[in-house]
Amino acid sequence: MTGLQKSTGRKLGLVIDLDTCVGCQACVTSCKEWNTGGHMAPLTDIDPYGEAPDGVWFNRVHTYEQEVETGPGTNRGTGTGTGSRTVHFPRSCLHCDEPACVTVCPTGASYKRASDGIVLVDEDKCIGCKLCSWACPYGAREYDTEVGVMKKCTLCVDRIYNDNLPEADRVPACVASCPVGARHFGDLGDETSPVSQLVAARGGVDLMPELGYRPVNKYLPPRERHADAGAAPLEPVGGEGGFFAWVDRMLSR
Amino acid sequence: MCACRCGIDVHLVEGRIRYIGGNPDHPVNRGVLCGKGSAGIMQHYSPARLRKPLLRTGERGSGAFREIEWDEALAIATDRLKRIRSTDPKKLAFFTGRDQSQSFTGWWAKQFGTPNFAAHGGFCSVNMAAAGLYTIGGSFWEFGEPDWEHAKYFLLFGVAEDHDSNPIKIGLGKLKARGAKVVSVNPCRTGYNAIADEWVGIRPGTDGLFVLALVHELLKAGRVDLDYLIRFTNAAHLVIHEPGAADDGLILRDEAGRPLVRDRRSGTATAMSANVEPELAGTFEADGRTARPAFQLIAERYLDEAWSPDAVAERCGIAADRIRRIAAELARVAFEEAIELPVAWTDANGVRHETMTGRPVAMHAMRGISAHSNGFHTCRAIHLLQVLLGSVEVPGGFRCKAPYPRPVPPGPKPAGRDGGRPDTPLDGMPLGFVQSPDDLLVDENGGPIRIDKAYSWEAPLAAHGLMHTVIRNAWAGDPYPIDTLFMFMANMAWNSSMNTAETIAMLTDRDETGDYRIPFIIYSDAYNSETVAYADLVLPDTTYLERHDCISLLDRPISDADGPADAIRHPVVEPDRDVRGFQSVLLDLGARLGLPGMVRDDSSPAYRDYADYIVNHERKPGVGPLAGWRGNGDEHGRGAPNPQQLQRYIDNGGFWKHELEPGQRYYKMANRGYLDFAAGFGLIDTPDQIVFQLYSEVLQRFRLAARGHGAVVPPEAERARIERYFDPLPFWYAPLQEAAVDTGVLPLHAITQRPMHMYHSWGSQNAWLRQITSQNRLFVHRDTAGRLGIADDDWVWIESHSGRVKGQVRLVDGVNPDTVWTWNAIGKRRGAWGLDPEAPEATRGFLLNHAISDVLRQSATPGGPGGGPDGGPDGEGGGGRAYSNSDPVTGQAAWFDLRVRLSRCAPADCGEAGPQFPELPPPPDLPPSPTILQYGRLFRQWRQDSKRGEAGKAGRAGGGAA
Amino acid sequence: MHPAISVIFFTTASGAGYGLLALTGIGLALGLVPADRLFGLIALGLALTLVTAGLLASTLHLGHPERAWRAFSQWRSSWLSREGVASVLTYVPAAVFAAGWVLFGRTGSMIVLAGLLAALGALVTVYTTSMIYASLRTIPEWANGYTTPVYLLLAAMSGAVLLNAVAAMFGGEPVVGWVAAALLAAGWALKLAAWRANDTRAPPVTAGRATGLGDGAVRSIEWPHTAENYVLKEMGYRVARKHARQLRRIAWICAFAVPLALVLVSLAAGGAAAIAAASAACVFAGLGLVVERWLFFAEARHVAALYYRPAV
Ligand SMILES: Nc1nc2c(c(=O)[nH]1)N[C@H]1C(S)=C(S)[C@@H](COP(=O)(O)OP(=O)(O)OC[C@H]3O[C@@H](n4cnc5c(=O)[nH]c(N)nc54)[C@H](O)[C@@H]3O)O[C@H]1N2
Ligand SMILES: Nc1nc2c(c(=O)[nH]1)N[C@H]1C(S)=C(S)[C@@H](COP(=O)(O)OP(=O)(O)OC[C@H]3O[C@@H](n4cnc5c(=O)[nH]c(N)nc54)[C@H](O)[C@@H]3O)O[C@H]1N2
Ligand code: SF4
Ligand code: SF4
Ligand code: SF4
Ligand code: SF4
Ligand code: SF4
Ligand SMILES: [Mo]
Repeated sequence: MTGLQKSTGRKLGLVIDLDTCVGCQACVTSCKEWNTGGHMAPLTDIDPYGEAPDGVWFNRVHTYEQEVETGPGTNRGTGTGTGSRTVHFPRSCLHCDEPACVTVCPTGASYKRASDGIVLVDEDKCIGCKLCSWACPYGAREYDTEVGVMKKCTLCVDRIYNDNLPEADRVPACVASCPVGARHFGDLGDETSPVSQLVAARGGVDLMPELGYRPVNKYLPPRERHADAGAAPLEPVGGEGGFFAWVDRMLSR
Repeated sequence: MCACRCGIDVHLVEGRIRYIGGNPDHPVNRGVLCGKGSAGIMQHYSPARLRKPLLRTGERGSGAFREIEWDEALAIATDRLKRIRSTDPKKLAFFTGRDQSQSFTGWWAKQFGTPNFAAHGGFCSVNMAAAGLYTIGGSFWEFGEPDWEHAKYFLLFGVAEDHDSNPIKIGLGKLKARGAKVVSVNPCRTGYNAIADEWVGIRPGTDGLFVLALVHELLKAGRVDLDYLIRFTNAAHLVIHEPGAADDGLILRDEAGRPLVRDRRSGTATAMSANVEPELAGTFEADGRTARPAFQLIAERYLDEAWSPDAVAERCGIAADRIRRIAAELARVAFEEAIELPVAWTDANGVRHETMTGRPVAMHAMRGISAHSNGFHTCRAIHLLQVLLGSVEVPGGFRCKAPYPRPVPPGPKPAGRDGGRPDTPLDGMPLGFVQSPDDLLVDENGGPIRIDKAYSWEAPLAAHGLMHTVIRNAWAGDPYPIDTLFMFMANMAWNSSMNTAETIAMLTDRDETGDYRIPFIIYSDAYNSETVAYADLVLPDTTYLERHDCISLLDRPISDADGPADAIRHPVVEPDRDVRGFQSVLLDLGARLGLPGMVRDDSSPAYRDYADYIVNHERKPGVGPLAGWRGNGDEHGRGAPNPQQLQRYIDNGGFWKHELEPGQRYYKMANRGYLDFAAGFGLIDTPDQIVFQLYSEVLQRFRLAARGHGAVVPPEAERARIERYFDPLPFWYAPLQEAAVDTGVLPLHAITQRPMHMYHSWGSQNAWLRQITSQNRLFVHRDTAGRLGIADDDWVWIESHSGRVKGQVRLVDGVNPDTVWTWNAIGKRRGAWGLDPEAPEATRGFLLNHAISDVLRQSATPGGPGGGPDGGPDGEGGGGRAYSNSDPVTGQAAWFDLRVRLSRCAPADCGEAGPQFPELPPPPDLPPSPTILQYGRLFRQWRQDSKRGEAGKAGRAGGGAA
Repeated sequence: MHPAISVIFFTTASGAGYGLLALTGIGLALGLVPADRLFGLIALGLALTLVTAGLLASTLHLGHPERAWRAFSQWRSSWLSREGVASVLTYVPAAVFAAGWVLFGRTGSMIVLAGLLAALGALVTVYTTSMIYASLRTIPEWANGYTTPVYLLLAAMSGAVLLNAVAAMFGGEPVVGWVAAALLAAGWALKLAAWRANDTRAPPVTAGRATGLGDGAVRSIEWPHTAENYVLKEMGYRVARKHARQLRRIAWICAFAVPLALVLVSLAAGGAAAIAAASAACVFAGLGLVVERWLFFAEARHVAALYYRPAV
């Protein structure tokens, strides 16, 4: 229902590591592939082979450059003076704790599950007013013009609870496919869970916390780059006779 | 699907593909998939899939075809090829592009009797393969891998994606999680390079300088592993020093041909053994000859100030201090953070070691190195650096994957010296490794035997052939005209040719009599690519989910460093079109032609289809395409064919893998346990130690030939070139095409990178992938653009010495300021790939290839010749002789040597990419592409209609490799 | 935000309709408008037509208009649902008011009460409409103290301009004219203030906060898709600054300045000239408000667009 029910404390969600994401789009297409036949099927594509292809996706990956201070540890450019870094940024529903997308919904189609915190759309109730997408700061909802309803990341409810899948596969499609292991799935309501610990260890952050949506998904910012590995500068081999004498000495040992 | 061959599970519901997941047990991808693999459904159901064999009815290139039956198609091909085979088999040029069945297609060419066979390696990365195999008996590419578990410092040169893409991604994830330092050397900061701890934005083509400056620093400081060099390399081998002698620069050997070293204790030259303590420096007399250890030459060369960081810094665009620091870091990690694995092993001399010492510095390199005309030597320089640090085949270092390491260089030699004889197979495989000029495929005058000029003086170590020269040479009749060009899986009329416009012109050019200069073209593609229109006969292939394939140890297997492995693809869906798997078609053709091995005594076909071949073909007794479950199912490597073999593979998820014992996993080049295993298994011929060739005697043999020594010597005109580029030690020279233009006029380097989510040209027909990228931009450094008055989103002309291309700009910081780049192969020709003619790929996407010339051109003026074939190339060689735009050692296509300048388009020119070509009409009966796609709707309907749960229907339908 | 025609029409038409309804109800109660049945027919007919047309138009942009009834269910949390409920509830007193007055010619206290209740309903409905926008924290141009007053004031203003025109046909009601003029002036001032506030408002979040990357300018160098998608089309809509300035000028001239002048003319003139001026004021105000409402959407910048900006 539109009004938020009391949560059980379980908060399933994703932890996304911006330090290791290489922007490969595997999570993007595996999400599309799973979900276009899944709970919210289909994820319609308009003009798929034409001039302006536009489809419904639940997960999108951006590429940014950010100005950062030049320092020994930054991944720096050449010659510009200012340092900058390139970051890949996957964006999907954050299954917020205070999801205005849910409270604005006039029909109750948008709801947040009390049992695990997943935010879903009941397509049979949705009138396609789009207001929920206006209320989402993260651009996580995409409207299916053909079906006339709003669609969004389901946190792969039809995988994570799917008894027909092997235990190991009961994770979101995007998590299963990520080749570098930049996506983690778990209960962020449980402080002892591996994902919560990862967030604590890596200083995971909320996106746009000032808007008060209290997203469940967390992002791990790029780590401090390894500073110069602290190696002492190389010195020419000492002793008499230069390099070849050094070789000789070494071999005589 | 693509060359990295991940294991996939295809889940079907009612015969439709519900989902493609990674196979968690598969050694390549361990359950993960890339962006393309996860979009495989759209690849498979592409509306651009060809439906039936096509016979050209209009002008070549017009796209006018009629559909014909397979029988007619095969009869046409058989008639033509039979005539060729019985007269002059080399008039068939068989080039198989992105072939993963080269051991089969090569064998077919051999049985046909044409030396003119190769796959795509020559334009891809033969520099990596050759430099590695001629140096350490293994190579980068997907033939080796860093020790992801133990490396603490990782240097990545020139990689955007790689063939080993998922393994690299998995590995980078491990390094990052462990806190290892990742250093990327790359002009572009994207993808893997974006997550590196340190990005070294090098100027393209200068890695050789950078790497050899690191070598300089390490040598100068004595931070090299002398013990390792003595035990595992030819650093101690004595090199004859007698200028002018026929064996000057060769290794001093005893009667048995064993290399000699100078024993410190006895003071004599002796063959290497466990008790010998060889010298590494000095000049000695032995057997009346003057000789020096190879290491002496190495040290002399690289200690020279010419290789100092200060000397190279400006050219590389990397500060000298930074080079020094990286050298110091390498030394520190290699020597002060050395690791010791508590694993006992026995070396090739029978000496037992209780532990394995590791130098946890690992390196990997790919096309950023290989796609330059100095790539062979640069890649050798990287191997030299690794070996000096003692980090090859050790814990934490670079490791080979089976069947590598192999002897340096591996056998066999290329066959076809006689050019092929009527109705006679070649006496060996067309591709191989030359060891000296005697092995070249040249005639008495030193002219090339092969149509692509591989193994000629132009490209002596052309281990993979030169597919990129075939069309021009066939068009020019140089060295001779051919009759039929037979191609498979290579989009030569577009993104895999340099100089695309001219290539198209050559494909359609006619001689004085009005006949096509390339008389007949047969092409097998699965999709309506740009090249289809240029074929006379089109043989439509299946998709990767509809056929058997074999990823064989005889070819490019899926092994990892812990053990050999191979795999199959097996069909999970039936074709809904009249198409046939190319390999099966080739077997059918072979049988119709009566090729030995492809017919039985009663001249009936020897193999039902490719699946039958995979199981029953034996290359040597007991050795077939697949190593697993031979004999009764309990023999691996060698054994009689097992009719149950494919089922065993399917039951095992589509692959077979042998795990090496822990004691066999490192030091494989000198590990008794491993060598004995490998020889017994048929990976190598003899269990002898494999000695790394830092100093390359093979190269020196060519140099000597250039000085007039030996039976086979280069023609006068080639001598200086051979002398220069066959340096037995790695060196650096400016990339050839770059050196041939005025870099003041063409101030920028222009390169491409693969998008991780696109596979060359064929990703754009994928309805999902093309939503991610349907237009490529030209990425330009913000400062550079500022200087040129170019703003974000501007349209610019990218002008080279041989052509110009128009595209739209995106400004970034993360690129070397002297470099511009774009995503490869996004630009498409109107009408191809089932796309709307107004698709952004055709209207706004551009192909850089139009600006790259396939032959070296001397030119100061941008926008040069680039016209039709009549323009006639002017080359660097004298006498109107044009070299291909390739590495002079291996013939590797030098895609990245391009220099350009940018200028803003006039307002009227903005908004559309250039050049534009006439629209290609679709082949007959190709249904129109849908305007709305709701894939998956049915699954939901089925679920709702009859509560047919996916559960009941879905299964692990296939464990094929993609 | 994408300026959808249906929503623009809905908010302007129903706003005017509710304004007219409310002012008519109040006007009758205060005896400021003629109790003439014809007057009631025209004023309330116009009001209810505008309201109804607006409400119908608003269902046009729905993916499933046939399920629109479901939108009444979530009034406890959703302003859109409350708007639906309020709009329907308003029909009850409005219907009684209109039927009593126009059909039965009664203007007794019950009918007056119904009129006042209808006015209250109209006020509440417009308030709920405004709150749909004002409550969206994702759109700073809406989520501020101006949105609700502007909606209420402009509804009342457009209603007054309409009422003035109807009154003019009946010989004119100076008070109505003066009220309209006052509302026009107030609306003008308020809208200018709202625009100014939007122009000077610091963005509530940065791309650095949106991406979790923190300080240091974040610049998009590649979108996740090269063609536009739903998020960009709906939330990334942008109008060029130059355009916007021109449109604002058109908006204030048409919506406020010209109608104000015309209303004053209608007050000063009489007979046909007054009718013509008052009617022309409606036309201009209508046009001006459509432009104003178009800008209300087009100039609103959704925070999700931060993910796509080249530089912030
Ligand atoms: N500018 C520039 N150009 C480059 C490169 C670069 O980096 N920059 N890279 C070069 C390199 S390394 C390579 S390998 C080449 C790659 O270029 P190509 O070898 O041309 O590779 P693709 O474009 O992927 O496609 C080859 C053809 O195979 C077809 N095909 C796909 N699947 C099948 C199948 O199952 N069966 C059959 N029969 N056909 C199929 C496709 O439709 C396509 O027409 O490009 C080269 N060109
Ligand atoms: N997704 C995807 N995967 C693929 C393919 C594909 O098309 N798509 N193609 C497959 C094929 S055929 C191949 S050959 C492999 C190739 O895989 P890669 O070797 O990764 O090939 P490229 O994408 O050409 O990347 C070349 C890299 O070298 C950099 N570079 C260019 N010049 C220099 C230089 O002088 N020095 C250095 N240090 N770097 C330089 C470029 O910036 C770029 O990052 O990928 C394979 N895998
Ligand atoms: S991310 Fe957006 S759609 Fe998802 S719960 Fe939060 S507000 Fe709702
Ligand atoms: S579009 Fe559907 S889910 Fe979203 S607010 Fe409207 S009714 Fe609710
Ligand atoms: S959790 Fe599932 S639906 Fe959500 S982004 Fe990942 S794959 Fe897509
Ligand atoms: S799959 Fe992983 S690495 Fe690739 S884009 Fe997604 S999060 Fe990043
Ligand atoms: S496309 Fe290539 S890299 Fe991707 S999953 Fe398939 S085989 Fe692996
Ligand atoms: Mo390649």
